[in-house]
Amino acid sequence: MRAALRIAQKDLRQRLRDRSAIVLGIIAPLGLALIFSLIIPDAANDFSVELGVVDNDGGHLAEALRTEVLGSLERQGLLVPTTYATEGELRDAVDSGAAEAGLVIPSGFSAAVSAPAPGTCDAGGCTAATLEVIGHVDRQTSAQITAAVAENFAGELTSVRVAVAAASAEGRTDLAQVAAAAAETRPLVGLDDMAAASRTLDLNTFFAAGMAIFFLFFTVQFGVSSLIEERTNGTMPRLLAAPVHWWHIVAGKGLASFALGVVAMTVLVVGSTLLIDAHWGDPVGVALLIVAAVLAAIGIMAVIATLARTAEQAGNWQAIVAVVLGMMGGTFFPISQGPAFLARLSSLTPHYWFMRGLGDMQAGGAVAEVVPAVVALLAFFVVAITIAATRVRAMVRP
Amino acid sequence: MEVLRCAGLRKTFDDLVAVDEVGFTIAEGETYGLLGPNGAGKTTTISMIAGILEPDAGDIVVAGTSMTTRTTAAKEFIGLVPQELAIYPDLTAKENLRFFGRLYGMGGSTLAARIDEVLQVIGLADRADDKAEEYSGGMKRRLNIGIGLLHEPKLLILDEPTVGVDPQSRNAILESVGRLSAAGIGVLYTTHYMEEAERLCDRVAIIDSGQIQAEGTRRQLVELIGGKDRVHLGLDGDAVAARESIDALPAVHEAHHGDATVDLLVDDARTVLPEIISRVAAAGGGVTSVEVIEPDLEAVFLHLTGKALRD
Repeated sequence: MRAALRIAQKDLRQRLRDRSAIVLGIIAPLGLALIFSLIIPDAANDFSVELGVVDNDGGHLAEALRTEVLGSLERQGLLVPTTYATEGELRDAVDSGAAEAGLVIPSGFSAAVSAPAPGTCDAGGCTAATLEVIGHVDRQTSAQITAAVAENFAGELTSVRVAVAAASAEGRTDLAQVAAAAAETRPLVGLDDMAAASRTLDLNTFFAAGMAIFFLFFTVQFGVSSLIEERTNGTMPRLLAAPVHWWHIVAGKGLASFALGVVAMTVLVVGSTLLIDAHWGDPVGVALLIVAAVLAAIGIMAVIATLARTAEQAGNWQAIVAVVLGMMGGTFFPISQGPAFLARLSSLTPHYWFMRGLGDMQAGGAVAEVVPAVVALLAFFVVAITIAATRVRAMVRP
Repeated sequence: MEVLRCAGLRKTFDDLVAVDEVGFTIAEGETYGLLGPNGAGKTTTISMIAGILEPDAGDIVVAGTSMTTRTTAAKEFIGLVPQELAIYPDLTAKENLRFFGRLYGMGGSTLAARIDEVLQVIGLADRADDKAEEYSGGMKRRLNIGIGLLHEPKLLILDEPTVGVDPQSRNAILESVGRLSAAGIGVLYTTHYMEEAERLCDRVAIIDSGQIQAEGTRRQLVELIGGKDRVHLGLDGDAVAARESIDALPAVHEAHHGDATVDLLVDDARTVLPEIISRVAAAGGGVTSVEVIEPDLEAVFLHLTGKALRD
């Protein structure tokens, strides 16, 4: 086994010397996770819209919108409403970035909604029951959230009107009670602990873990592929002529890949924790997942390498497989929350199980939660390495 | 003492018989040449001897250790210098040597001292910490040989080490091989250059189509085709009279004349030449030029296989 360690040591020296391993294993995933965390805010944690509000109506419905709807969202940390005196002031605030979006409650809004035929005008002027949302091209998400809140409120009002109209058509006289019952609904927007309920990760951890497992497959791909390089470079005959067994050579390659994969993942865990406040969970559980994921990645990349004839071909095929598995596995977006067939496809990738293991651990809070994911990852390894083992002997030749 | 004994070696690749019934021995300090054209089976033979390929049949014993039953132990006695450069270009000469030295179980101060020694021998001591990719072709070749020497093998196998090498480096390599055999190392040297085999090897095996066609010292091999020298004389005077005077010598087997030349087939040109010149002078002529063509391994190869070495 000492010979395998010598070969692994040599391979690591070569990989670290050309710096490709550091770029692929650490810099690229950490950099992308950092960029994603900066450009995509974490809605589940700290995202809130600074909303400017102008109340030109002052009626009871405007009051309900401001205090009950917007107030409720403010208490849940989703909105930070600020009242402006005029629409002009609000537009200036949105343009300058002081407010991320604006909501204008027009004059006569309450009266128009309460009128028998909404949207008509009376002597006082136009009473169109229209809430106006002011957005900014650079903050479209905030504008869309504000529009959604307004639409939701309008929908609630419509349901009350429909209930009253229906009761009136039935000849009922207790229309006030009907309206009150229709208005007495659940909070317009509820906020549960989504991370725990859906076993998803907060966005920063999702990006860090997704990039880590995605690039892991590139980090470990050189292992068995370098057997082809040894042949191409002419060093394989010399290795085979040395007093070592052929499997020492293969084991050396595997050890180098394993060491590089584990070190890269560990650096990513520590780096993302410090830089983007990723929450990986219990270190023991994370360590188990990392070891299992590295083994799975080595096994799959080894199978691909044994099918290739040249190092270049192996590299190309491995890159394709790594990208496809990464996309299917939901490292860039949670594909498992998409259509059912995509979710099933996703579960056929190590990436899915790695992410799921982290999610399960965070939801359950115990290290034991990662066991199903670790077992699944090790199953990938066993199957893949068994296939690779039947083919690798042919690669260890002059 | 024998450092190598192999017998009955056979290796096939699908329907191709690459090596068939090959066997020979090499003694300590002996340089043994395998001379044959490309595809003759030289590399397959040494790959089996070095433990890289498993023979279909036959026995290999290196320094008294069977390659079949004690493969790893037998490999320790062998240093291999493959035909293609077998070095890591992104490592320095010292790192290349250290890596392979450790594979052979060397370490610590012994390895460090041996690395310094080898670097001196191959003339790379002052470039030891440069990456091999920065070396010239000749320097890479020397490093390639140095790795084979590092663990002080009893048998050094050199597979066409001068292919693609400039004349200066080639000469340096041949001189190094000469010194190694003088130091007691058995050398197995494959080549398709006749002049290298003649210069270096104590004994030569001529191999073609996977079989050894003949084996022996240069003189023994030459005698297989009669061992006669050819002499071409340029003359001043009567060529017919000169031919007749020479033709009477017992050592001269054939004599033909031209306008001012005589071509002879003789036993040993160096011995008989003074007598030939005296006979020409006695016949009233003078010798203006002499060209002696001794039979070489190229001619032996041609005689044995019906084709030239470089075919």
